[in-house]
Amino acid sequence: MAQSGIPHPVPHGGEDPMPRKRTHVRKPSLKRNLQIALGAVLAALACAPARAEIDLAGNWATRQHQDWQDRNPGPEAVNYLGLPINEEARARALSYTASQLSLPERQCLFYPPQYIVLGPQSFKMWSETDPVSGKTIAWKISAAGDRTILTIWMDGRPHPPENAPHPYGGFTTGAWEGSTLTTYTTHVKAGYIRRNGVPSSDRATVTQHFMRHGDTLTITALVTDPVNLAEPFILSRSWKLDANLIIPTVPEACSPAAEVARLDGTGTVPHILPGANTFTGEMTELFGIPKEAVLGGAETLYPEYRKKLQSLYVRPQKCTRYCCGWEGTAATDTLKDCVGDYRQIPGFTLRPPDKAQ
Amino acid sequence: MQRNDSIWRGSRCTLLLAAAVASLCASRPLAAQARPAAASAKSLAPIDLTGYWVSVVTEDWRWRMVTPAKGDYASVPLTPGAKKIADAWDPARDEAAGEQCRSYGAPAIMRVPERLRISWQDENTLKVETDAGMQTRLFHFGKSAPGGTPSWQGDSAAHWEFPSARIGAGSVARKMEVQSGFGSLKVETSNLRPGYLRKNGIPYSAKTTMTEFWDLNKETNGDQWIVITALVDDPEYLQEQWVTALHFKKEADGAKWDPTPCSSRW
Repeated sequence: MAQSGIPHPVPHGGEDPMPRKRTHVRKPSLKRNLQIALGAVLAALACAPARAEIDLAGNWATRQHQDWQDRNPGPEAVNYLGLPINEEARARALSYTASQLSLPERQCLFYPPQYIVLGPQSFKMWSETDPVSGKTIAWKISAAGDRTILTIWMDGRPHPPENAPHPYGGFTTGAWEGSTLTTYTTHVKAGYIRRNGVPSSDRATVTQHFMRHGDTLTITALVTDPVNLAEPFILSRSWKLDANLIIPTVPEACSPAAEVARLDGTGTVPHILPGANTFTGEMTELFGIPKEAVLGGAETLYPEYRKKLQSLYVRPQKCTRYCCGWEGTAATDTLKDCVGDYRQIPGFTLRPPDKAQ
Repeated sequence: MQRNDSIWRGSRCTLLLAAAVASLCASRPLAAQARPAAASAKSLAPIDLTGYWVSVVTEDWRWRMVTPAKGDYASVPLTPGAKKIADAWDPARDEAAGEQCRSYGAPAIMRVPERLRISWQDENTLKVETDAGMQTRLFHFGKSAPGGTPSWQGDSAAHWEFPSARIGAGSVARKMEVQSGFGSLKVETSNLRPGYLRKNGIPYSAKTTMTEFWDLNKETNGDQWIVITALVDDPEYLQEQWVTALHFKKEADGAKWDPTPCSSRW
């Protein structure tokens, strides 16, 4: 595909393909160069496009003050709360089992680009500029263990045709709206919008708004998916600028290996047959949430749904999972109250108190 | 020598031309320059937040749409002292004490599933009403907030933040205020009556302050969303700043506006 919009300067030190006759070539003086450069700078200062770009570059530290459980230890096997999924997505999600991730061909799959907002990771953001004009060609967001680099093209190039390949990072363009960077992503691969198997199709598109206020960055993502969503799924999260973070920019290497003998080369895909998912009652048992809400859907996202919930919800007498308080505190040193807490898993090491967040 | 003079004349011309262009371009009207000094906050508003808005609960559903169990404080960086208070939460006691609005104070109210009705109370006061809990927040522009007795909604000082950029570096950097129709609202709230960050008794103290940034995003399908970034600081009950972001979708009218009093249980 032609890379429109990107200039291709002659490499430094390269031979001029069409040597010209060197007659009447005046070697410009240093003073003249300075004068011209100063003039150009003044003109550029006055006439530069009136955009309110702000610098998004830096290391942005995650703050898991929302949906900590979903983003850290992970959601329950059947927990579709807050997702405007349709019947088809629900059926596929109910057929999912995490054992699928043991299949060698699925061990190294990436999440789609919207996982930046869905997931728990910090990230690094930087821009790439044209070496001649100095204009921003693209913004980049670092990869994570299970997500590739996101490139946001800022040079006005069009999105590829519909049938173009869908890379892991999708194809994203961006434009400034005031101080907000708005991006649009197409050509994603199929993946998940929740780690418990709620699917996201390759027809999904993502609009993201990057809003920086001082050292706080908020990203709002709107995911549309005609295959799996009844209405756009919106999510807003915030990060804090942290110069002390060291964030790798490229994805970690991943080598698939046979983890489970019965899945290695046998053609078996672990799944749950329709009507056979035994986890559909778990959220009701643990948290008193009625099953119809647990299974998600657009109706469940709006305040009026609380009227229906009021007659169905039974508040548990006590917390039953992840009840230790903010991790890393003295309060978490005692695990006896953390019924079901992942930190009770043998071999799990509690982070020292000074490493919170 | 004559050749050199010629070069210098050419350079001076270039410089003069550039300076003239710079001067002309710099004199173009900018949004900031067009603003009268004494204009009201309403007239200066870069974004229109008025109207009816509904919260769309796609995050923290289990802690927002229902009242979670006692001791369920996931995601909140509370201190051990706050944990003790939360463990002693008793909604019946709050109700008996007439404190059923404790989870409807400013640091919590925008996370309650609800509809907002936003209007201008006067030229410099933006009014945000909630149907859930029937609370009213007043954002005061251009003057210090009233002060006085602490209240659930406290005192909120507001100002518009306009998109701006500085181009250049060092002494030639030049501030540009650009793109009218864009901007955000910054709100700083203090003087709060102690309450709950979450319905199940996670406390915030009277020392709590909150900074909010209200952004407006318009989508290509016509939808409009308010995105609120909230930074809550409480030296008594939070180990670190509590940082959350949430969103409200614009509705055509108030047909679904449903005022409901505070409840300590639901």
